[in-house]
This record gives sequence, structure tokens and C-alpha cells, in this order.
Amino acid sequence: MERTPTAPRDAAAQPKIVSRNVTKIYSTLAGPVTAIDDFNLDVAEREFVCIVGPSGCGKSTYLRILAGLDTLTSGTIAVRPGTDPGKPLNSVVFQEYAVFPWKTVIENVAFGLQMRGVPEAERLAVARHWLERVGLSKFAGYYPSQISGGMKQRVSIIRALANDPEVLLMDEPLGALDAQTRIVLQDELLRIWEETHKTVVYITHSLDEAILLGDRVIVMSAHPGRLLETFHVDIPRPRTVDTMNTPRFAELRGEIWSLLGKEVTRAMEMQA
Amino acid sequence: MSDTTGAAPSPVAAATQPADRRQPLAGALLRLLGAAAVWNAVFVASGLWRSLWWLWLAGNFVLVVIAAERIGRVVPPRRRKLYERTLALGFPLAAIGAWQGIVDAGILSPLWFPQPTRIAQALWDLTVSYDRFSQTSLVGRPWLIPQALAADGWAGAWKLIAEGHVWATLGRVFAGFVLGAIPGILLGIVMGINQTVRLMLDTTLSAIYVLPKIAIFPIVMLMFADPFGEGPKIVVVALSVFFLMTINTMAGVRDIDPVFLMAGRNYGARGLQLFRHVIIPAAMPVIFAGLRLALGTALIVIISVEFLRAKQGVGFMTFYYWEVLNPEKMYAGLFVVMVLGVVLTMALQWLQRRVMPWDRG
Repeated sequence: MERTPTAPRDAAAQPKIVSRNVTKIYSTLAGPVTAIDDFNLDVAEREFVCIVGPSGCGKSTYLRILAGLDTLTSGTIAVRPGTDPGKPLNSVVFQEYAVFPWKTVIENVAFGLQMRGVPEAERLAVARHWLERVGLSKFAGYYPSQISGGMKQRVSIIRALANDPEVLLMDEPLGALDAQTRIVLQDELLRIWEETHKTVVYITHSLDEAILLGDRVIVMSAHPGRLLETFHVDIPRPRTVDTMNTPRFAELRGEIWSLLGKEVTRAMEMQA
Repeated sequence: MSDTTGAAPSPVAAATQPADRRQPLAGALLRLLGAAAVWNAVFVASGLWRSLWWLWLAGNFVLVVIAAERIGRVVPPRRRKLYERTLALGFPLAAIGAWQGIVDAGILSPLWFPQPTRIAQALWDLTVSYDRFSQTSLVGRPWLIPQALAADGWAGAWKLIAEGHVWATLGRVFAGFVLGAIPGILLGIVMGINQTVRLMLDTTLSAIYVLPKIAIFPIVMLMFADPFGEGPKIVVVALSVFFLMTINTMAGVRDIDPVFLMAGRNYGARGLQLFRHVIIPAAMPVIFAGLRLALGTALIVIISVEFLRAKQGVGFMTFYYWEVLNPEKMYAGLFVVMVLGVVLTMALQWLQRRVMPWDRG
């Protein structure tokens, strides 16, 4: 297994996301706090990159900066636009779903298109198509309060996909779900990714999830958030949840955990 | 009573036989009925009910509560709604009945607590007859409309309706409510979003908010060319609603989960779109909670203002009957205020269901 800190799997291709020396420092009353320190990451087109690390390693902050929802203190982040200038550069799937309770399921899915001025008939057709793909057609007219957590997160995911962004940013999207629903949605994410091959940056707490979904797993350290190590996941696609039972998966898991486990312990001791 | 205590098992036996606690409903109710009979017999026979009437009623109340609890345990889910409604409506009806009985028996003076039947009679009088001296009628004189239509056309008919106290009060509350709530909500949203505006205005608004609005009524009167007209009354209602809605909406906007704002921005909502699709709907539950509070405040203010300075209105009517010492009609006025409160609250709830269809429960 090759290990290069920043290079994407397919080094020949022009990267879709280029992050250089990204640093985020919060100024607090107690003095400056470094959340992210000199973080470098390139993501290739159609690559699925997972970032894992202990709580407080700045992985969510990095994603928010990438999404344009937060500012960086120094460094550069660039997402290469596609051929269609109307397409948004990124869409985020949030951990807390962030599905609007005041909009019906279909209105939520069509929200990004609506904000971009896509005519109603067209955006509803796109939304209906995505609802069908995840088996939510029946619930198009429901409000989020009437559906389960797993369904809400499906809505949140296809809201991002219906928006057809250049890159998809996912911030612990399955973190709030119970273990069984999580497995079902992991399978569904794998299936959808096989069909769309979006460029994805995926933040997660779960190492299993990172290996299962990602082409690369980035391990970050906490306080300050630094890139510690990059692991290429060489398990062939298409993968399913059963992939987790293969020997290669266990091997990778052990290898990454030997590093991540130490980091998590260190972070815990620092907080104590 | 002694019969039941004799039959009851000893505490130790009861503890070891929990099934015993689930006596059949009929038996339990029969025992309660017995207890009620004894309780009432003691009070009536000894004549104590006259001097200790509150204790007598309280005892009966406790017995009814226990009986209702027993019944409540076995009510099937299908009948639950009926059971709850019976309790909710039954108590006020029983309380009104008790009031009637106590005043009829001469325990309380009808001067302070006129019987509900006399209040109802007064309410009927106020509705169907016109007091020429005070120019008082509750809903105008609709019975004269046919003649007025023939004599003066629609203007004459309108005059007969417009003189009603209920319409005068409702009109002032409505106008003041709208004039206060809309700017209040808008300023509250701005203050919720913009920290600079919030820091500059928050203290001032909090200071004015606690000021009793009736206290600034004289000043507001001075500002109008016609100090005794409708202007000052509507403005003082609007002011009381405005400050409450500003503070409330600001709190609602500040409480919006930031993830909704992030999602809105990330999916391309900017400026007005962000307001329309994210900020306003997200703050809507708090805004409606504020509107309900504001409605109560608006009624308090308008009734006080009508006490002070009005020739028309439910508050004026109530106060007029105080001046001529007619307690039945004073109570009738209070009753009308309560009905107005209930009706307006229901209207607001209806509006809320229309505006916020996603919010159930």
C-alpha cells in the first residue's frame, strides 16, 4: 500500500479540490486557539475521500471552510468549477439533517434548484426522480416531523444530490442514526455513489464507515488539527456492507486503528 | 363509613395482594357515593353548610376528583376525548351552579356576586335593548336596520351596527394589533439578525417594554388633533403589541438553529430568499407564541383605555354600569371581554394552522 500525504489516487488527473496550508485560528478571550494547522489535501475528480480523527481535530471546521460557511485564517482552498457554470460548487449534507421542518419532503429536495431559479415543474420532476431512487416517493407530501430519522437523512442526502453540485460535502451524515439504520444507509450511499460517481469529502467518526465508503482515508490529529496520515483503500468496488467481512477490510482497519486509536487516546487525555 | 373500614383488609394483607387494589369500578363508586352521602348529610343536618359552605364544597370537590380518577382509569381510548371534555366543561358548569346556589341561599351578597342567571339576563338585555341615557347597546341595534335602510340607505344601517360596543372594542384591538405586530415582527427580525442594531436598541426597548402602556396614554392623547377620538386608543394598543412582538421575535430569530441558516446559505439562499425560506418560517412558532401573549396585552390595554376615556366600547360599558352600580351588567361586560379573548385566541390558532401547516400538536 502506497502512502503519499496529499496526492489523490489518480495523480495524473487534475485535482477537483486543492487545499494548501489551510490554517484556522480562533481568537478567544484566553488567546488564539489553533483548530486546523497547515492542512494540505487534494481530491481528484470522482474520488471519495473520508476524513477521520478524534473529536476536536477540526475535520468539521475544514469541511465548513470548504463549503464556504466559515473563513480560513491562512492558506488557500479552491474547488475547480465544472463545464456547466450554473452548477453549484458544493452542497453539504449536515449531521443534524438540517432538513427544513416547514417544507414538505419534496420541497426540501427541490430547495437548491428553487434557489437557483429552476422553474417549478422542472425542479419538482428532478426531486421526484431522486425520491424514487431512495424509495421515498410515497412521502413526497409529508413534513419532516412525520417521517423517521433515517428518512430525514435520506431527504437531506438527496437534497444535496438533486442540487447536482461539483463536489458533495458530508459532515457525519449518519452520525445521529441508530446502528441498524446506519448500515442500511451506508449500503444506499454505496449504491448511489456507484451510479453518480460524485466527488465526495466525507467526515465521519466511524472508521468502518470511512474504509467502507472511501477511496482514501485521511487520519487527522487533534489540538491542533493536522493531517497525520493518508491510507489508500484498495478494496475493489462495487462494495456493499458485506465488504466489511473481508480479510482485507479487517487488515486495513487494524492498520489504521493502530494510528487512530493512539490519537483518540491522546486527545482524550488532553481534554481531561 | 364504618362498614367499609371494617371490610377493608389490613395494610399488611393489602401490600401482599396487589390485585386487591383493583376493586371493581362499581364497588369503588358505590363507596364514594356513600362517603358523599355521609359528608353532605353531616353538613345539611347540622346546618354547618351555611357558615362552612367553602369546606362543604371543597369536600364534595375532592370526592368528585377521586371518582373521576377512578373512572379515568377504565375509560377506553375511544372514549378518552369525551371523558376529557366532560371534565373540562363539567367543572366550570358545576362552579357556576354552585355560585348560583350560594347566592340564592343568601350566603353571599348578590350585590358583589349577582347570580349567573341574572348576569345572563343582563347580557340578554344589553344585547336586545338600547339604553338611551348611556347610549349603550352591545352589538348595535340590528333590529332597526330595515327602517334605517328605507330611510338613510346603507349609511343608516352601518350607523346602527357601528354604535355597538363589541364592534368598537374589536375594531380598536384589531387595528392596534395589526399596526403594532407587523412593525414589531420586522424590527424583531432585524434585531435578531444584526448584532449592531440589537446592541443599540435592546436596552432601550426593554426599558420601554416594562412601562405600563396605559401610563403613556395621556401623552399619546396630546399628540393627536382629536385626543378623544380613535387615534390615541389604537396607537396605545399598537405600542403595547409592538414592544412585546419586537422582543419576542428577536428572541425567536436568535434561537434559530444555526444549521438551518448554514443549509439555507449553502443551497444558495441569499438576502430576501433567506428571509422567506429560512428565517421567517424558523421563527414562526415563537412569533405565534408572542402573538398570543400580545393579544392578551392588547385586550388589557384597550379595556383600561375604555375605562378612562371612551364613549363606546366594552370597557366603557362595564365602567358605566359601575358608575350606576349595576353589578349584573358589570359582570356581563366582563363576560363579553372573556368571550372576546377566547374568540380572538381561536382565530389566532386558526391562522396559525393555516400559516404553519407543518406544526402539529
